[in-house]
Amino acid sequence: MTTGGALLELDGVTVSLPVEGTMRPVLQDVSFAIRPGEALGLVGESGSGKSMTARTIDRLLPAGAAVAGRVRFDGRDVMTLSGADLKRFRGEVAMIFQDPRAHTNPVRRIGDFMTEALRTNSGVGIQEASRRAVALLKSVGIEDGERRLRQYPHELSGGLLQRVMIATALLTQPRLLLADEPTTALDVTTQADVLAILSDLRSELRLAMLFITHNLELAAAICDRTVVMYAGQVVEVRESNKLHDQPLHPYTAALAAARPNIDATSHRLTAIPGRPLSAFEAPQDACAFTARCPHVADICRRGRPALVELDGGLTRCVRASELFGKLKVPLNA
Amino acid sequence: MPEPVLQVENLRKEYGPLVAVDGVGFTVPEGGSLAIVGESGSGKTTVARLIVGLERATAGTIRACGRDRSAPARSTRERRLRGREVQIVFQDPYTSLDPRQTMEDAIDEVLRLHRGWPADKRKQRVRELSDLVGMDSRQTRALPRALSGGQRQRVAIARALAAEPQVLILDESVAALDVSIQAQVLNLLADIRDETSISFVLISHDLAVVRQLTDEIVVMWRGRVVERGETADVLDHPQNDYTKLLRSSVPRPGWKPKQRVSMATG
Amino acid sequence: MSVAAGVSSVTKRSRVGRQRGFSPVLVISAAVIVAAALVATAGPLLAPYDPNLPQLSQYFVGPSPEHLLGFDASGRDVLSRLLYGARTSMIGPLAVTLICMTLGSLLAVTAAWRGGTYDAVISSGLDIVFAFPGILLAVLAAAVFGGGLVAPVLALSVAYTPYVARVLRGAALRERAQQYIAALEVQGASSIAICLRHLIPNMLHLIVAQATTLFGYAMVDLAAISFLGLGVQPPAADWGVMVSENQQGIIQGYSIPALAAGLCIVVVVVAFNILGERLYERGEARR
Repeated sequence: MTTGGALLELDGVTVSLPVEGTMRPVLQDVSFAIRPGEALGLVGESGSGKSMTARTIDRLLPAGAAVAGRVRFDGRDVMTLSGADLKRFRGEVAMIFQDPRAHTNPVRRIGDFMTEALRTNSGVGIQEASRRAVALLKSVGIEDGERRLRQYPHELSGGLLQRVMIATALLTQPRLLLADEPTTALDVTTQADVLAILSDLRSELRLAMLFITHNLELAAAICDRTVVMYAGQVVEVRESNKLHDQPLHPYTAALAAARPNIDATSHRLTAIPGRPLSAFEAPQDACAFTARCPHVADICRRGRPALVELDGGLTRCVRASELFGKLKVPLNA
Repeated sequence: MPEPVLQVENLRKEYGPLVAVDGVGFTVPEGGSLAIVGESGSGKTTVARLIVGLERATAGTIRACGRDRSAPARSTRERRLRGREVQIVFQDPYTSLDPRQTMEDAIDEVLRLHRGWPADKRKQRVRELSDLVGMDSRQTRALPRALSGGQRQRVAIARALAAEPQVLILDESVAALDVSIQAQVLNLLADIRDETSISFVLISHDLAVVRQLTDEIVVMWRGRVVERGETADVLDHPQNDYTKLLRSSVPRPGWKPKQRVSMATG
Repeated sequence: MSVAAGVSSVTKRSRVGRQRGFSPVLVISAAVIVAAALVATAGPLLAPYDPNLPQLSQYFVGPSPEHLLGFDASGRDVLSRLLYGARTSMIGPLAVTLICMTLGSLLAVTAAWRGGTYDAVISSGLDIVFAFPGILLAVLAAAVFGGGLVAPVLALSVAYTPYVARVLRGAALRERAQQYIAALEVQGASSIAICLRHLIPNMLHLIVAQATTLFGYAMVDLAAISFLGLGVQPPAADWGVMVSENQQGIIQGYSIPALAAGLCIVVVVVAFNILGERLYERGEARR
C-alpha cells in the first residue's frame, strides 16, 4: 500500500490475545491508512475486530497481547512510543465511545472531567481550561456552557453527554478522532444531531476520523472511504459512495443486502447463512468468508487471499475482478 | 368484520406526575402486524408491558382474543389463559433466558404449564419448535452461555411460540443482533407469520425493520400517538412533523446529517 | 501442554487471580470442614476414653503416649473431650445457619418479589433488628431463659437474619429484574414456581457462601457464650466450655487443654470463612 502523506497508517497489523492458555488471533494482517482530514469508516459485525483495531491504534490492548506489524502516526511508530511521546500521541489522537456514561465519573462535575487532561498534561490553568471548554461546548451546540460545567453526568441526557464527550475530545486539539460506535446508543434524531455537529467540526478543524460502526449505511453516508472487516481481516477498502453500488467483496454486498430497505417493502431478506466468524475461527488456508459466500468456488480454498487493488479500492477476494460489477446489491423488493 | 385479536383503547399510564402513555389506542387484526415506533421515552415499551400485564394501566382498556385484560389476572388459571393469548420476546438476548436452563428444558417448562401432554408428546413438540427456529439437537441441550446472541433470541422466540399465542409482541427483539443474524431472524418471523395465523406487534426504533415486517404503523411521541396508517404509506409520505424528522434522520447512502433547528437541551 | 500451559498459568495468576482453579488454601479449608463434620458424627466412636470420667489425681497432667493431649482441670482426657465436643460445638452453629438461611431467604425473596409495601415493611423490620448486637441478645436470652443451647441459638438466629436477608434481597432484586423472569410471568407461571425453580436456584451460590460464613460467626459467638457459662453447661464436652474450664491452667502455666479447644474453634471458623469467600467469588465470576 502506498500512502504518501498518510496521517495514520496500519501495515500488516496482527494481534493475538491470550485466552485460556492459548494465543488467539483477533486481528490478521490489517492494513489501511487515513489521510489528514479524512473520515474513514470501519464496518464489521461482532468478532470482526473493528473495536480491537481502535484499541490497537490507541495502545489500549490488554496485558499479554502479542502485536506484529506496524502502526504509524505522522511517520512515528506508535508501538514504541513511551513517556512524554506517548502522552503527546494520546493528545493528538482522541477517542469517543459508544456509552458516554460508562466513561464519566458520576460523582465528578462535567467541568472537572472536561478540563482534567488539559490541566494535568498541558499545564493549562483552570480558568483558561474552563474558558476553552465553554467555547468548545458552544461549538457542539451547547450554549449554556458555564452552567453545564457545574453539572453532573446524570443531569444530562445521552445525546447531550455524547456532545460533551466530543467537546472534551477536541480540547487537546487532536488531529485524529477514534469514534467507536459513538451514536449507537442514541435515538436516530439525536444521532443525526451529533453526526451533523461532528462533520461540521471536522471540516472546520481538518480533523481526521476513524468511525467504527456496525451500520454500513451510516458509514457510507458520513465517511469518505470505508473499510469492511470480517473475522479480524480487512476484506474491502472502498470509496463510500461506491460501496453500495459497486462493492468489491461478496461479504460487503451480502451485508448490504441483509439489511431491510426503508424505501421498499420486501417479503424476505437475502440473509447470509451461518454466523459471523471470529478471527480465531477463520480457516488458515482459505478465504474467511467461504462458508457463507454465495460465490464460493474451489479457488477460494486455495490459500488465504491477499488484499488486491481493484477499481481504486482494495479487496481480499480471489474472484474479485471476475465478479466485479455483478455484486450490485439487489434492492430488497 | 371479525373482531380484532388485539384491541387497545385510551390507554394511560402514569408514574407519579409523569404521564408515560397518554390516550393510546389501536387494533390488530388476526394475522396482521402492527409496528409501534418512537424514540426512547416515547412510551412504546410501556405499552408492550401494559399489554402483557407486567405493568398495570392507570386507565383504558386492553382486549385480546375477545377477552378483557385491563385489570391484573386474579387467578392462576386466568394468568395461564392470558399467556396463551399474548406472548412477548424481549430485546436483550443475554438476560432473557435462565442461565441454568437449556432450550429443551425452557420450552418443556412452558409446555407443561399450558398443556397436559405426556413426556413423549412434549418432547416431540420441543423438537418441532427447535426445527422451526433452526436450532439443532446439540444446541437445544446447551446452556445459554454456550449460545450466541442470535441463537438465544431464537430460543426466546421458540419459548414464546410454545404457548401458541395469538399475538406475539416483539419488543426490540432484533435490535441487539448482528446485521447478518438480524436478517435470519426477520426471515424466520416472516415464515412463522406465513405458516400460522399469528399477529405481530413490533416495538422498534428501526424504521427499515418496521417496513420489512409490518403492515400498519403507529408513531408515538412523548406518550401519544402522533401518526398512524399503513406502514409503507406513512414511511413514504409522512404527514406529522415528528414522523418526518424521524424518517429524515435514518442514515442511507448519500444522506447528510442535519441538525434539528430547535434542539431540546435536556 | 508444555509451553502453552506455562503461558496460561502466568496469565491466570496475573489477571483472573484467585477465582480460577483449586487453590491449596481452598483445598485445605474444604478438608478441615470435612474432617470436622466426620468428627462431629463419629467423635464418640473415635474417642479413646470416657470424656466425663474425672481422675482428680491426673489434674493437668501433660501428654503421654496413652493420653496424647494429657488431662484437663478435672483430670479428664482432653483428646476424648475434644472429639466428643465437636458435635455440641458444631450443632449450635449449624442450627443458627439453617434457621437464618431459611428465614433470610424467605424474607429477601418476598421483599424483592412483592416490592412496594412488603419490601418497605420487611426492610425496616430488618433494620430494627439489625440494631441489636447478636451476642448481647444471646447473652440476654440465656440469662432470661436459662442455660443450654436453645435460647442462644434462637437469639443468634434472630440477630443474624437481617445480615443474611439484606445481602440476599439485593441479589434477589437483581435476579428479579432479569428478562427471563418477566417472560415466565407473561407465560402465566405462578410466583411460587418462578421463585422456587428459577429465582432461588440462580442465587444459590450466594446463599451457600453466606451460610458458610455465617456458620463461622455463629460458632465463635456460641463458644463465647459457653465460655461465659451461659450456653452449653458443664460437664458436657464443648469447645467453648473447655476453654472456660481450663482458663486457670493458662494462669498456672499449663495451657494445653484451653489452647487445644481454642485452636479447634479457630481452625474450623477460619476454614468456613475462607470457603464462604471463595464460593462467593466463584459464583460471581461465573455470572
